[in-house]
Amino acid sequence: MDIFDFSDGREGYYGEYGGVFLPEILQATIEELLACFRECKADPKFWQDYVALLQNYSGRPTPITHLENLSRKLGGAQIYVKRDDLNHTGSHKINNVMGQGLLCQRLGKSKVIAETGAGQHGFATATMAAKFGFECKIYMGAVDVARQRPNVFWMENLGAEVIAVEDGQKTLKDAVNECMRDWVTNMADTHYILGTACGPHPFPEMVSWFQSIIGLEAREQMLKQAGRLPDRVYACVGGGSNAMGIFQGFMDDDVELIGSEGGGHGVGSYMHSSRLAYDDATVGVAQGYKTYFLQNDEGNMNETHSVAAGLDYIGVNPIFAHLHDQGKVRFEAATDVEVKEALKLTMRTEGLIPALESTHAFVTAIKEAPTMGKDQIILINQSGRGDKDIFTIADALDDAKWKSFIGGKADQYRAENN
Amino acid sequence: MGLQRFIAERKQSKDILVMAHVVCGYPSFEENLQELEIMAEAGVDLVELQFPFSEPSADGPLFVRANEQSLKSGTTVDQCFDFMKLVSARFPFKVLMMGYYNTAFKMGEVAFVTRVKESGGVGYILPDLPIEESAELHRLSEEAGIEPIILMTPTTSDARLVKLGAVSRGLVYVVARKGVTGSKTQMGDDVLALIERCRQHTDVPLGVGFGISSKADVDVLRGHADIAIVGTAALKIWEEGGAPALRSFFAELMA
Repeated sequence: MDIFDFSDGREGYYGEYGGVFLPEILQATIEELLACFRECKADPKFWQDYVALLQNYSGRPTPITHLENLSRKLGGAQIYVKRDDLNHTGSHKINNVMGQGLLCQRLGKSKVIAETGAGQHGFATATMAAKFGFECKIYMGAVDVARQRPNVFWMENLGAEVIAVEDGQKTLKDAVNECMRDWVTNMADTHYILGTACGPHPFPEMVSWFQSIIGLEAREQMLKQAGRLPDRVYACVGGGSNAMGIFQGFMDDDVELIGSEGGGHGVGSYMHSSRLAYDDATVGVAQGYKTYFLQNDEGNMNETHSVAAGLDYIGVNPIFAHLHDQGKVRFEAATDVEVKEALKLTMRTEGLIPALESTHAFVTAIKEAPTMGKDQIILINQSGRGDKDIFTIADALDDAKWKSFIGGKADQYRAENN
Repeated sequence: MGLQRFIAERKQSKDILVMAHVVCGYPSFEENLQELEIMAEAGVDLVELQFPFSEPSADGPLFVRANEQSLKSGTTVDQCFDFMKLVSARFPFKVLMMGYYNTAFKMGEVAFVTRVKESGGVGYILPDLPIEESAELHRLSEEAGIEPIILMTPTTSDARLVKLGAVSRGLVYVVARKGVTGSKTQMGDDVLALIERCRQHTDVPLGVGFGISSKADVDVLRGHADIAIVGTAALKIWEEGGAPALRSFFAELMA
């Protein structure tokens, strides 16, 4: 199936979701972007350049690892992991960013802006901007700036300007709004590098296209390494770009696709980021597109929560809203508590440190693997690595030795300043 | 009386009309009423009542904060409509609903149009709803006799102005410059050229907004635009100097 074939429906719509809901002032910019994207997508040379760039700069193709220890311990399906954590900058975010960087060159624009939550997308964008020579501004909620200093440190040292957004909940959604405000002013020379498969058309399609490289590689690697396709594929879903990336490799196969959302404090808590796995979200229009949002009856957005900042978002990509309706993708949620346990288990048994976001996919896979046969195969997308999020993970694991180390460091800095 | 006829009648006695703006529930509904009384005394012709939204991505810092604070103090859509009813009955100016599409979408388009009409509103401005998405809402509005306000901007191509012009009713909101609400606009030849360009594509009156903050700005528009739209500037004055400052602001603006 080609979810991006709009010939039978409305351009940019997936079922009733998607579309373009932007101020009139941006219509010309979005039309220009769509035309440029169509041109790139139709040009085989563009995709070749893109793949070559990721091979030479980011270490693609990323490998697939068979988790023999974990599979044995759980006693069910054989578990394989796609290692997008091994990308430069530590996550799949670099795929989309490099692609949009090439596209930005074609657009002839010299400045880029991006929103970021956990800082992964901002970090990747700052990296790309340094390499391509673009001026770069990253909008990040003030709450996120405070809790993700290491990423802010790298972005600034890579030459980007990081702007702390003080509006609203001061998190990812507010950073998106601020990007829109910058873009309506500076669109003449600025491209907005949206980090996930959300927002107005063509962003969901464009980000999905760049991320499809994950699934293309993974399908081929599974056939080669495991001798056949997996029975199930698991990926975490914030906006949904890494999941769209890996799922696209298996859309036409008899493979079950499972998205794992941020369950936060659990069902009924209203402190979570599960748009599709729980029943709290409803259809709405915000941030340029129509999809399921965690919002109240009057259409104002609710507070969201996840231990993983990268999943802590009000909306889900419109393609998933549609695939959910169709029963093509199943959605589950992993709670903060489950995530911490799964992370410990994965570190101890396999020596892998998935990002907190990616660990949500591990939670659901670890729950389900024991119920499957030993001859069955599952594949998890490890979209990011956790070692660089040491501050967040140490907090999540409440590590006493780490706290005393940081306390000591703080004392040392204070002494130096006096 | 329809919006377009109202504007035509008012324009018989003045060369330019003024449309003002308040964010419902910010600083409070009581203060909104005081602001509106001052506007009415000064002879303001039209008022936008902004229904607060949690993601006001087309607004600048002052209105963003106003939206946020209003919601924080518990403002509901129902209260905004009740306020609209009160205001449209009490004052001689005409009232428009201004907000974001999700407010209308969540209550349902039929209910939205009905409520605007029942509350005495003559139309609405939803800046994040492009014409491609508004066919049904426009049809419902026409049936109810209220006007969806179309926006035309400096980045809009001639080809698109033709499309926008074809569906424009009541008045057209000409956005004087790129950007969000609240920053200063250099009111000069660019804006006048834009007005002329828009005028070629629509017969309805043109209101010009974004960054209009002084009598000098209004004077530039005189003879070119039908309505000067003042938003952020008035709220800023209110926050800085309260009722006396706002009274002298409008007195000077409309002199």
